[in-house]
Formats: sequence, C-alpha cells, structure tokens
Amino acid sequence: MSEKTDAHEATPVATQDVSALCEAVRCASRVCARGASTKLPCAEGTATVLDLTKLSGVIDYQPTEFVIQVWAGTPVRAVQMLLAEHGQYLPFDPLLIEQGATIGGTVAANANGPERYRYGGVRDFIIGVHFIDGEGHHLAGGGKVVKNAAGFDFPKLLVGSRGRLGVITDVTFKVFPKPEAYATLRLTCAHLAEALNMLPKLTNCPYDLNAVDVVAEAERECVELRVRVGGLRGGLAARMDRVRALVGGGEIVSGEDEETLWREAREFTWLPKGACVVKVPLTPARIPALDAQLRGYARRYSVGGTVAWIAAEDIGAIDALLRAQDLPGLVMLRSLQEPRIGARLPNPFAERVKAALDPHNKFGDL
Amino acid sequence: MSLGAFLAALQRYLPADRILSHPAALAAYESDALTAFRQRPLAVAVPETQDEVIATVRLCHQHRMPFVARGSGTSLSGGSLPVKDGIVIALNRLNRILKVDITQRFAVVEAGVINLDITRAVAHSGLLFAPDPSSQPICTIGGNIAFNSGGAHCLKYGMTSNHILGLKVVLPDGEVAHLGSESLENVDADWVGLFVGSEGLFGIALEATVRLLPKPETYRTLLAAYRSMEAAGDTVSAIIASGLLPGALEIMDNLSIQAAEAAVKAGYPTDAAALLIVELEGERAQVEAEWERLQVIIERSRPYLVKVAQTEEERLKIWKGRKSAFSAVGRLSSDYIVQDGVVPRRRLGEALARIDQLSAKWGIRVANVFHAGDGNLHPLIMFDGRQPGALERAEALAGEIIDLCIELGGSITGEHGVGMEKRRYMPRQFGQVDLEAMQRLRRAIDPLELANRGKVFPEGEPPALHHVGPHPLERAGVISRE
Repeated sequence: MSEKTDAHEATPVATQDVSALCEAVRCASRVCARGASTKLPCAEGTATVLDLTKLSGVIDYQPTEFVIQVWAGTPVRAVQMLLAEHGQYLPFDPLLIEQGATIGGTVAANANGPERYRYGGVRDFIIGVHFIDGEGHHLAGGGKVVKNAAGFDFPKLLVGSRGRLGVITDVTFKVFPKPEAYATLRLTCAHLAEALNMLPKLTNCPYDLNAVDVVAEAERECVELRVRVGGLRGGLAARMDRVRALVGGGEIVSGEDEETLWREAREFTWLPKGACVVKVPLTPARIPALDAQLRGYARRYSVGGTVAWIAAEDIGAIDALLRAQDLPGLVMLRSLQEPRIGARLPNPFAERVKAALDPHNKFGDL
Repeated sequence: MSLGAFLAALQRYLPADRILSHPAALAAYESDALTAFRQRPLAVAVPETQDEVIATVRLCHQHRMPFVARGSGTSLSGGSLPVKDGIVIALNRLNRILKVDITQRFAVVEAGVINLDITRAVAHSGLLFAPDPSSQPICTIGGNIAFNSGGAHCLKYGMTSNHILGLKVVLPDGEVAHLGSESLENVDADWVGLFVGSEGLFGIALEATVRLLPKPETYRTLLAAYRSMEAAGDTVSAIIASGLLPGALEIMDNLSIQAAEAAVKAGYPTDAAALLIVELEGERAQVEAEWERLQVIIERSRPYLVKVAQTEEERLKIWKGRKSAFSAVGRLSSDYIVQDGVVPRRRLGEALARIDQLSAKWGIRVANVFHAGDGNLHPLIMFDGRQPGALERAEALAGEIIDLCIELGGSITGEHGVGMEKRRYMPRQFGQVDLEAMQRLRRAIDPLELANRGKVFPEGEPPALHHVGPHPLERAGVISRE
C-alpha cells in the first residue's frame, strides 16, 4: 500500500490504524494527507495520499472541562452537533462545514470564519495535537488541559501548516459556551470608504461583537456592513440598539434570515460558479489600495478588516496584484495549483523547523 | 575560547560600561525569582539597541559562548538562570515602544518593555494588553514571550501567545527572522505560536507586535465563603455547566485566607474552609443578564457568606487579598516552594484532597491558591530552610504533587514554564519520542546549543541549591506571584 509510484495518480491509503499511517510515511517518498478535499489540493508529485476520513470520531469530550479531543478525519459538522447538544461550540467559526470539512483540514488550513472576531482563531483554541513527522514518528504536543506551558507548542505550529510539516492524527480543542441567541445589524454604505470609516468605531468600542464584515459585490459601488452580536437572550435587544446608534442606522435581523447571512459566509455560497477564493491577511489600512484593484471581483473584508476573501478565476492576476502590494495570499477551493501565492519573505526560522520535522521533504515545500 | 578575547571583541560593539564582568556587578544576575538556584555568569552584556543584541549574539556564536537572555528576572522556574561558562544578555534597556496604532489595535514594542507599560501607553484610548501575570508591574514582554506567561484571565483570553501577532527574532547564530505580521490572520504555519513559550531556546525576541483589546465596559465581582473545599469546587463546576464564561474564577483555602487577611485586611472571613472569587466582565447588558444567572447558582450552592463588590474600590480590595496571597504566606513560613501544576477542572476536588493527604503524610504545611477556571493549582509548600533536610523533604513532596497532576491528566506547569525547576519532570509528561523530536527541533535551530543551555530538557547537573523563599523584590512588596 505504500509503494512509490511515479504516475500522477496517487495511491490512496485509507485506514484508521495510526501505526499503518506512520509506516506509510516511512516508506513513501512524497506523502499528502487528505481529509474531505474541501479546501486545499495535495502538493504536486505526491506519491502516496493518506486518506484520513476513516480516522474519525470523538476520543474524549468532557463538557464541564470545555475540552474535546477528536480524530483528524472527523467531520467538523459532527463535532459542532455534539457540542451544540451541550450548549457549546468551536468559537473560531470553522469553514465549509456543510461541504464536509474535517477537523484535521480545518487546522492545517487555519480555516477561520467571521466569528473568529470575538474570541480568536484555530490557534487560540487548539491545546493539543498528535501528528506524524516526516520520519514516521507519531508525536504528541500540548495536552488536554486549557492551560499548559510544558514543551514546545506543536499544536499552534501546525495551524496553517497545510500538511507540509506533518500529518495531524488527532486534535484537542478548548471550547466555549455557545451564544444563546444572535442578531445582526445590516447597514448599506454608498462606498467602501464609508464602511471603512465605520470600522474603528466598532472595533475599538467596549461592546462585545461577534463578527464585523464588509461585503462588496463585483458590479456595485455600494457595500454592506454586517455586525453580528451574540449572547444571552436577555439584553440582546438593548445591545443591538446601541450598535445601531453607534453606526447611525441600519436594519436589525434575527432568526433564520440572520443565520443564512453567516452560513453564506462560512460556506462560500457567495462565490460565482466555478470561482476559487483567495484569503489575504491584512490590516484595515491596507484595504483601500487593494480594493482599488479589485473592482469587478466579488470580495469580503472580514474579521474587522483583518482578512480579505476574494472570489477569483484567474489566480495569476491576483498573485501579481498581491505581489505588487506586498501582501500574502492563499488559494482555497476548487484549485489544483500551489495554494500559497502573493508576497513571501525568506524565513530562516521556518526552514530550520522544516528540516527538523521533515528532513526528506516528504510533505512538499513550505 | 578565551573570555578575554571574547570581551575584547564585545567592546567593539558595546561601550565598556555596558559590559559587566566585576564579581560585585555580576552578583545581581546570579538568580531569578526561583532563588533556589544560583549561578554567576562570566559576564553580562547590556545592549540598548536591536543591532547591539544581534552583534552580541553573532559574537557569542563565533566564540561558541553560551548565552542567557534576561529581562527583569522574575521567572519562577529558573528560566533566566545563568550558565557557568556563559554570559547573560540583559534586555531591560531595549525598551522602546516603537509604534502604537490605536485605530488598528496593535502596538510594536521591544523586548525589554515592561508588560504593564503597554497598557499604560494605550489606556487613554480605552484599550489594554490582556496578559496579566502578577509580576506585570516589572516583568518584560520578552520574558512573557519566552515563557508564554499566564495570569488570572487565561480561560477566556488565553495566555501571552494568544496576544502576539508578529515577532522579529534573532536566532542563536545571529540570523534575523520575521515571524507573523500585523494581521490577526495568517496563511503560513504559525511560526509565532512555536516561538512563544520556547523558553529562550530558539533565540531572542527583539520586538513584538502585540494585539490590544478594548477594556471591558463593566465588571461584577463576588466572593463566596464555604465550609468545605468540595462545596467551592462544585460551585465552579455548576457555573461552567450553566454556560457562563467568567473572566476569573479563583479559589483560596483556609491557610491562604488567613495569611492574606493578616497581611492586607481584604475583609475575608477567616473561618472559611474555602473562598471562591467570581468575576464577570464585558458589555453591561450582557453582564447584567449573566449576573442574574450567577446569583441563582451561588444561592443554590449554599455558601455561608456572600460579599458582592458594590464599588470599584471594594472590587480591588477583593483582588488585593487574592494577589497578595503568596507573599502573605511568606509571613507564615520563611521558606516555601511554589508549584504550578494543572489538573482537569472536574478533578480539582480530588487533587486538593490528595494534596491534603500528602501534606499530612510528610508533616509539611501546604497552602492552596488556584485559578479554578482553568485547573491551574499553586500549592505553596512551606518549610524551614535552616533545618537540615527540610528542603529535600519539601522537594520530595513537590515531586509527588507533580506526579499527581500527571496522573489526573494534567500538566507539570500551567504558566511558570519548565526552566530549570521542572526539567526532570518532562519525561513524566512527554514520551521519549516526543522529547527527542523537541531536541531535534532545538538542534536544527541551535546546533551548538548556545541559547539558554541546560533548560527544559532533563539533562546535566543542577547547580547547587541555596535558598528557597520570597524573591527580594517580593519581600519588598514590589512584585507578587499568582
């Protein structure tokens, strides 16, 4: 099952046996771990694909600890449903749940949604990990308690590592109580500049906001500001009134309509048919210059203006644009090319970490 | 390698008055807040600029000179203890706040900036830097980064690592790397996350881009007194199960209550077996709704006394007692060891009962103060260092408590780090294969093992033990411990 092949057709290894996965890594020259293939492709020239979807299920869940440990191939949806039974959730708002995203892929792609705004991203909730390094060692990092300062922080390291440092086999998260109710303020702004002027008012105020997004459509000048607030039912209406007063107007939505707005963001149903999406981390001050080049693209500025999502078919054009503006990018969804685009600086620290964990470069370049 | 040649070369980069080699000048750097360990370094370099730090590290690499970076020396795990054949690079003067961006809520600060000075620099705009270790009036951000420092608000806000967006670091051979950015988001592996908490083994952080948060609009704080530790522990579980997420949940046992009360008169009931402090914080309307729910839970838990802070002054008084507990215990005993183990929250009651048994078995008094919200225990093991064998017995008890934390599924350290103190316990928490991988990683970054040699990994001879007890600054009331 772990023979080398030169063909583009990779050999899938599907197993729930971790030691067999370790053995496969030891024997192969190029390895790629695959979950539900919702976000990122395997690196080019991969000889052995490790299909992790059978490595699925909950290992340990203690609701009163706010801690859950699950196998990497577990669908995120199953985890969210189990947590919801106990009034809890993964606060980083994982992406593409309905399309079958797995826990391992969510960590490897650092797939945070708009609600990351409130409490943080995958990095802020991952507390433990097991993974296979490039020599087939099954390693542990972190633990199962929410506070832990022992040993190097392998759990955080693997967030966003795109499978290039190791094969994640299980993950332990800190979880939080889920807001009992949500409401969202929608405000149409004539121009992006108007919405951007509003951002610091929202991000610097002492109100507890769950998400702050700006939605821009391809062919329209006006944009929509969306502010999501969650918490106990009592007090929510009063909180929404304050948000509306702060931004000077807007429509308050709740219930199913409200859910749909954020489901759309999480599942990328707003993308034109066949388009990929490019994730660009930035700060609000970088948005005007970037946006000036993006007329004609559907795009969103999420998490208080700290990440841009750009719908794109011609990745080459976005790559060139990002390089010119010295911004990094990551192509997600429906693309088979190398996902990391845009600006990159040499990183000697990264090179040394890669050399230690994957000395034979089995997992592909960083 | 000759020390003379090294110091002569160092003078090309640093003026003579910032290269300390006289024994009297070195004495101040022999120890950090874990005063059990002492070691005089060969010399101390005091750079004032990032270029001076980089030049010093490059020179160390050229001369194969081990080095230990040090901020204010508040490590409770001996993390900044010097090495015998090496130098200390003191970073207190590398203390410029380079940039404050209120609108985008971040600041860029150099490693020697004091933790609390970041909040002071932005408080006028209603922002704060969230990590709040008790030593925050004097500890430096560089030390917080190296040890991923915690504080009383970790359950909700995380540790230092969760508030660092970007880093400029000098690796142990003098090469400079930029990790992370100003954004909250990222499209690469989390290099910042790996560097933070690496205890100085991966090099020296020169500057950090830190995330700032809006200060909570309001706080509601209460104190509940119980006749048994179990009742207090059960209340914590009930609060968590109800879906509330308090900013802080702290418990003190009778011994710590008495010590704190004698020291600062916080108004604690001295006959309580356990005191629970709960603090809600956030937006007013949400906190009011949470407060109603909390009061129902507290009422059902049948405390024999509840005090609600009615004013900011009363709130600070409740916290003053809690924050002074460690130094207050110092009044009960000339010497003590502070432990930092973590257990799963649901096993807190069991852990405390077992610590009581161990205390009785060894005939050694142990006071307990802990962050109940995240299961982080801080047993204070009291002994008289003048009695022969007392320290060794206290250490043996400390080892048994660490074993207990591991057995219950926890960690050997929640926020103080491994450092010198707990390196021999690392094999109890991690397997051989895990420790070897960490060693491989360390050697890939620092093949000569020059940066903070002798820490974290269980090897080498420990320096002689001298004394255990309050740090001189702690005695003077400048710092306190969590």
